[in-house]
Amino acid sequence: MISLVIDIVLLLFLVVMAFAILRMHHLLAVAMLFGLYSLLVAGVFTVLDAPDVAFTEAAVGTGISTVLMLATLAATRSTHERRRKGVAWMPLCICIATGALLIYGIHNMPNLGDPTAPQHTEVAKRFIESGQAETGVPNLVTAVLASYRGFDTLGEVTVVFTAGIGVMLLLVRREKPRIRGEQHDAK
Amino acid sequence: MITLFSAGAIAVMVTMALAVARAIAGPTIFDRILAVNMFGTKAVLLIALFAFISGRMDVLDIALLYSLLNFVGVIAALRLVQRGKGFADEHEDRA
Repeated sequence: MISLVIDIVLLLFLVVMAFAILRMHHLLAVAMLFGLYSLLVAGVFTVLDAPDVAFTEAAVGTGISTVLMLATLAATRSTHERRRKGVAWMPLCICIATGALLIYGIHNMPNLGDPTAPQHTEVAKRFIESGQAETGVPNLVTAVLASYRGFDTLGEVTVVFTAGIGVMLLLVRREKPRIRGEQHDAK
Repeated sequence: MITLFSAGAIAVMVTMALAVARAIAGPTIFDRILAVNMFGTKAVLLIALFAFISGRMDVLDIALLYSLLNFVGVIAALRLVQRGKGFADEHEDRA
């Protein structure tokens, strides 16, 4: 009962937050509200009993991407152009069509917790039964991530690492190169 | 006991709603930062209460992580506001 109330309130907050972000024009405020938004999403994940996803969402969404957005704003000044009034019909139509397609796609998904769903009948059984013996990792999710899907995780880590290096190269403030007037004068 | 935790959760959610209102309406950037910080704290409390309501104690770890992230995020935001000139005095002109 109380779980349902918490669910509904969190989802309500999400909707309110999304509309507030849409209407907001101050970029720094938008960045802060995005942080709040992903904190809420992480809360929803927690309530949905997915602590690992909630961990990731909280670390990446609330922590790193908020800080990155703020750092970008601090590096670029938060000036913004006032957009023209009126509705951009084309993007609106594309968004509504994509959303309708996604909602249509939900119909084919199995119900939450359905024991006959494909993800419970195919490989999960093997992971649960012999995962610990094969990998020696006590946590099943960690075993799947680090051992069974090791190459995938390695690729993800490579991508994230490369992106981090790129962002650091872009954002780190370098000293301006000094003009060597004396040397030119000497020559 | 569950009733007590539930009442606490509802009270925390009311406080969260107030913080959201301040984050959306807040005229200056410091109002928003403070509201986001308070919202994060209340989220930690709500998750802890939820852990006791549902009996899943591993959720408490997530609450710990949230409080860490909240702290780091607010410190980072304040430092960047200090560094980026023009953030602080810029009042939002709402349409």
